Amino acid sequence: MAAITLKGLGKSYGSGYAVEGVDLTIADGEFVVLVGPSGCGKSTLLRMIAGLETVTKGDILIGERRVNDVEPAERDIAMVFQNYALYPHMSVRQNLSYGLKNRGMSKAEIDTRITKAAETLELGAYLDRKPRALSGGQRQRVAMGRAIVREPQAFLFDEPLSNLDAKLRVTMRSEIRQLQRRLGTTSVYVTHDQVEAMTLADRLVVLNAGRIEQIGSPLEVYTHPASAFVASFIGAPAMNLLPVRLMSGALAMGDQRIDLPPGLLPPGLPEGAGLLLGIRPEAAVLADTGLGFDIAVSHVEELGAARIVYGQVGGQSLVVQVQAGQDIAPQMRVSFPAAALRLFRADTGKALT
Amino acid sequence: MVERRPFLTFLSHAVLIMGILIVSLPVWLALVASTHGETAFTGGTIPMLPGGEGWRNYSTMLGKGISTSGAPPLAAMMLNSLIMALGIAFGKIAISILSAFAIVYFRFPLRQLAFWTIFITLMLPVEVRILPTFKVVADLGLLNSYAGLTIPLIASATATFLFRQVFMTIPNELMEAARMDGAGPWRFFKDILVPLSRTNMAALFVILFIYGWNQYIWPLLITTDARFYTIVAAIKRMADVADALPQWNFVMAAVILAMVPPVVVVIGMQRLFVKGLIETEK
Ligand SMILES: Nc1ncnc2c1ncn2[C@@H]1O[C@H](COP(=O)(O)OP(=O)(O)OP(=O)(O)O)[C@@H](O)[C@H]1O
Ligand SMILES: [Mg+2]
Repeated sequence: MAAITLKGLGKSYGSGYAVEGVDLTIADGEFVVLVGPSGCGKSTLLRMIAGLETVTKGDILIGERRVNDVEPAERDIAMVFQNYALYPHMSVRQNLSYGLKNRGMSKAEIDTRITKAAETLELGAYLDRKPRALSGGQRQRVAMGRAIVREPQAFLFDEPLSNLDAKLRVTMRSEIRQLQRRLGTTSVYVTHDQVEAMTLADRLVVLNAGRIEQIGSPLEVYTHPASAFVASFIGAPAMNLLPVRLMSGALAMGDQRIDLPPGLLPPGLPEGAGLLLGIRPEAAVLADTGLGFDIAVSHVEELGAARIVYGQVGGQSLVVQVQAGQDIAPQMRVSFPAAALRLFRADTGKALT
Repeated sequence: MVERRPFLTFLSHAVLIMGILIVSLPVWLALVASTHGETAFTGGTIPMLPGGEGWRNYSTMLGKGISTSGAPPLAAMMLNSLIMALGIAFGKIAISILSAFAIVYFRFPLRQLAFWTIFITLMLPVEVRILPTFKVVADLGLLNSYAGLTIPLIASATATFLFRQVFMTIPNELMEAARMDGAGPWRFFKDILVPLSRTNMAALFVILFIYGWNQYIWPLLITTDARFYTIVAAIKRMADVADALPQWNFVMAAVILAMVPPVVVVIGMQRLFVKGLIETEK
């Protein structure tokens, strides 16, 4: 097992950079999740670590070794692909042993490792089947098995669960997490599913347009998003971002005025500055705490455990989540604890609080 | 066809049966002719049922040949044809699978040029380039040799394109997975690509074997030594006797024998052949 260090990493496909200026240190044994919208460069970054994509700029270190020009097989890492990429003409056993055989491992050692992996992943019954005779979930396990028999320095996952149905995805998610904990292997996991990202990660790396927006623990990223982009990307329903203006020490949104408690506004902002007020829908309370809005409810979504209320305030739409069974009036007041409010600059999107 | 009308069913069967009759009648006549004596087919009425001379005709042809029309024993010629057909089939498959591998999986300078050069050969079958090819083969001293019979027919764009198509349906991740598993290009080719194109190879083998076996003009041109005659070309020589009637019973025995190996190959590889042409799952 080893740490992975990325220094100023960049990748260009000719015009512009698909990934740029990525600095990241992944500690030994850490589970890091790369998350971001489609096309933001997650796969490109992962494939550069794997060695399947050349590096345009910067360095990749696995352990102490600079691996920029090292062949994928020699980097001592294993990758799980989105479509599993199992060899269709080989049995599960051959799929698992292929990489070991190519490395010249002894037959006995290969057998021990396969037995162990088959036990861990409950693949024993399928060892002599071809991939086409397996279900999606079983294929996924074989793909995992192919990674773990190698006992590599690090695992790389590129959206390994996206081809599974919702229920299986949840099961496999926790299996992957437990497996990684048990083996203690450094892992980099790519997903655009934020629930997957939140539940799996020791640390989250949020990417946007090829650059890192924020690195932090899932909770940190959730409670203190570094930018309006992260705020809207992490959390469901997404954080409300209301455009407001600074007016004599308070925030003005249309005809509504929000008096902020002292200390929430950073000093030095010019009068009339454009800001984004970030409010998590789930932070809303219906009791009046003095800090809130009167909203006109347009519709309500029933989730069973909670209700999601869509409303309008000062010409902006606002989403709040309230407890199940809570009465909803067409006009109602929603309040927020001051600690749940976040402010972002409207121009750069950077967080102010 | 999803239509389920009895009349249409009847009609389509009638058309199929007619077609089969039209195709098989000459074959049947050849078979009948090869079992009669010399004169049966030069007389007034053509017999429609097999006669009793079959054994004599076939054993003469296989063992001695007909010296009057300069034909060596058929067994030797069939062996030549077999060598030629197998040489062409295996040679073409080997060369085209390798060139397809290069074109699909490697980024080398002038790759596009190589691709289009191969493409152009599609428009130049042997019949079109027969004079220059003959000159080249003659200058290389390959007249009357197995190499001369096979090599000019081996370079083939169609097979290259077929394999290119097959390789392009194989997901890229498979190559990447193999790379991570420590397989270099050669291992990837041998362990992944070749097994995955097995059925396509079989289908191609059937087509190319028949193509090679049925070669006519080329062997006729470059073989003047009876030791290298192929059977299809030799049938022409047998029928072309000067100052005498062709011995149709013997010629037809040769025709029937010439048909056997391709039929055996088709029937023997039918299952793989059909699979190779229709299989989409990768
Ligand atoms: N081979 C390539 N040639 C040119 N551009 C590429 C290539 N591969 C990726 N890109 C571009 O690089 C950017 C990042 O792609 P990447 O596949 O890393 O996105 P991603 O974050 O994995 O998206 P997704 O969630 O959809 O898989 C995209 O804009 C894509 O168009
Ligand atoms: Mg991707």
